[in-house]
Amino acid sequence: MTINEQQDAIISDFEMFTDWMDKYEYIIQLGKDLPALDEQYKVDDNLIRGCQSKVWLHADYKDGKLFFSADSDALITKGLVSLVIQALDGQPAKDIATAELYFVEKIGLKSHLSPTRSNGLLAMIKQIKMYAVAYQLKSSQN
Amino acid sequence: MFNDTITLPKPFNVADVRGDFPVLQTYVNGAPLVYFDNGATTQKPWAVLRAMEDYYTGYNSNVHRGVHTLSQQATAAYEAARETIAKYINAASVHEVVYTKGTTDSVNLVASTYGKKYVKEGDVVIISAMEHHSNIVPWQMLCEDKGATLKVIPFDENGELRMDAFKEMLDERVKLVSLTHVSNTMGTINPVKEIIALAHALNIPVMLDGAQAIAHLAVDVQDLDVDFYAFSSHKIYGPTGIGVLYGKEKWLNDIPPYQGGGDMIKTVTFAKTIYNDPPLKFEAGTPAIAESVGLGAALQYLMELDLAGMRAYEHHLNQVALEKLRTIDELRFIGNAKERNGAISFMIGNHHPTDVGELLDQQGIAVRTGHHCTQPLMDIFCIPGTVRASLTFYNTEEEVDKLVAGIKKAVIMLNK
Ligand SMILES: Cc1ncc(COP(=O)(O)O)c(C=O)c1O
Repeated sequence: MTINEQQDAIISDFEMFTDWMDKYEYIIQLGKDLPALDEQYKVDDNLIRGCQSKVWLHADYKDGKLFFSADSDALITKGLVSLVIQALDGQPAKDIATAELYFVEKIGLKSHLSPTRSNGLLAMIKQIKMYAVAYQLKSSQN
Repeated sequence: MFNDTITLPKPFNVADVRGDFPVLQTYVNGAPLVYFDNGATTQKPWAVLRAMEDYYTGYNSNVHRGVHTLSQQATAAYEAARETIAKYINAASVHEVVYTKGTTDSVNLVASTYGKKYVKEGDVVIISAMEHHSNIVPWQMLCEDKGATLKVIPFDENGELRMDAFKEMLDERVKLVSLTHVSNTMGTINPVKEIIALAHALNIPVMLDGAQAIAHLAVDVQDLDVDFYAFSSHKIYGPTGIGVLYGKEKWLNDIPPYQGGGDMIKTVTFAKTIYNDPPLKFEAGTPAIAESVGLGAALQYLMELDLAGMRAYEHHLNQVALEKLRTIDELRFIGNAKERNGAISFMIGNHHPTDVGELLDQQGIAVRTGHHCTQPLMDIFCIPGTVRASLTFYNTEEEVDKLVAGIKKAVIMLNK
């Protein structure tokens, strides 16, 4: 599936929810289900500081594709991190670098991408894109 | 009939005052707004909004500059607001009230002027471990610049200042004590009268950050005998962009000006400038005129309420909130001072404050989450932040019940 197909799948998952509680319970569950980040990656180098919650992000590169694992100290942020990974995991670096993540707005959580919220999600997406650009450069040099 | 009756204000009634604040009638996420973020900023009554509209629609003009009628009206209103402020804090003279941009600006003013003149290498400035960043950073900058030392009064597990430690810090090297009157994170009311008396015994002046105190306590600068007192208009129902520095007249005469420009001078030649007298000496440039009128209107609005009744109600509401919050499983307060007001900070189990705050927001309840610009305090408690509810006189017990129910709902969702 392409990034946009994965995003569309997320959006249709969220269409089932009729009230905010169902939606948030789902996000919280995603946060709880996100595979734990290996302790060796939970280091300051991988830490993305939002003003309020923290996100740790680790990327692996295999055959031109990027794979992510992550964690956050806040559960709702962690759920959203899980959704971002769902949308981008295993995709080619060049697609990730140019991806537009419209699903966050479509599922009614646009405020999480506002710089004023500073919960780490926006910074995380930026970091993911920087990884993607860096890997692209590296592979074009090889 | 005798005409010697004075009109007493109507006994305080929360239902009456709520109607004065238009924002309180709004809905957030489908629910009537419960606004518990008064520590960050307060809502504005119609009286303030109308006074500012009247200014812009009726007599907008620059102050202290024109012979024309509007300029004189604007100047009169700007100065009348200063008188209202002087009265509200019981300043000995209206010249002791300097308009600033807010608390932060007031602290920076004193750090730049008093600090420039009196703090030297090897000297000491004292603050506390519960300060807002705006009462930390200006002093750090000053001390770094001068080669002086910043000392920090610790607090105990209840969030009360360690007075023994404070007393030990006092000696002839200390040039200023700058302290928050009320903690914006824990709500602690500090024993400022005692602190001022102790410092004065060694001729050390004291500055108080009154940002969180001004709306909730009867602040009498003469009774406190405080040297400098700072607060922000927006935390006492007035507009943003303006605040106050109260300074004893002797200090305001003594310390150098802050910024140079128009209004703060008497005469200017390229050889020498004669500065204006305080307070204008500290008010360079066109000030926030409409905002001064708004702040004056806010204080006037309060003085026309039954202030004693209002304060008793606030106290009662805070007690009720503490009692009801205490019934929530796993809730622990950050700060348990005996004397407290305003901010109520807490953690729920190990839940991140932003998770709780976001689920409350979905229910129309506005609380603050995070470090509240007191990062050193969070480090002391080893927490990423708190959930903070800060109540004021227009809040109700019914709203407290909504907060408690909202938290319980959030916890169920997070624990599922
Ligand atoms: C105790 C305290 N000091 C200072 C400030 C800063 O006030 P302002 O941002 O209005 O300058 C605040 C406001 O958050 C505060 O609570």
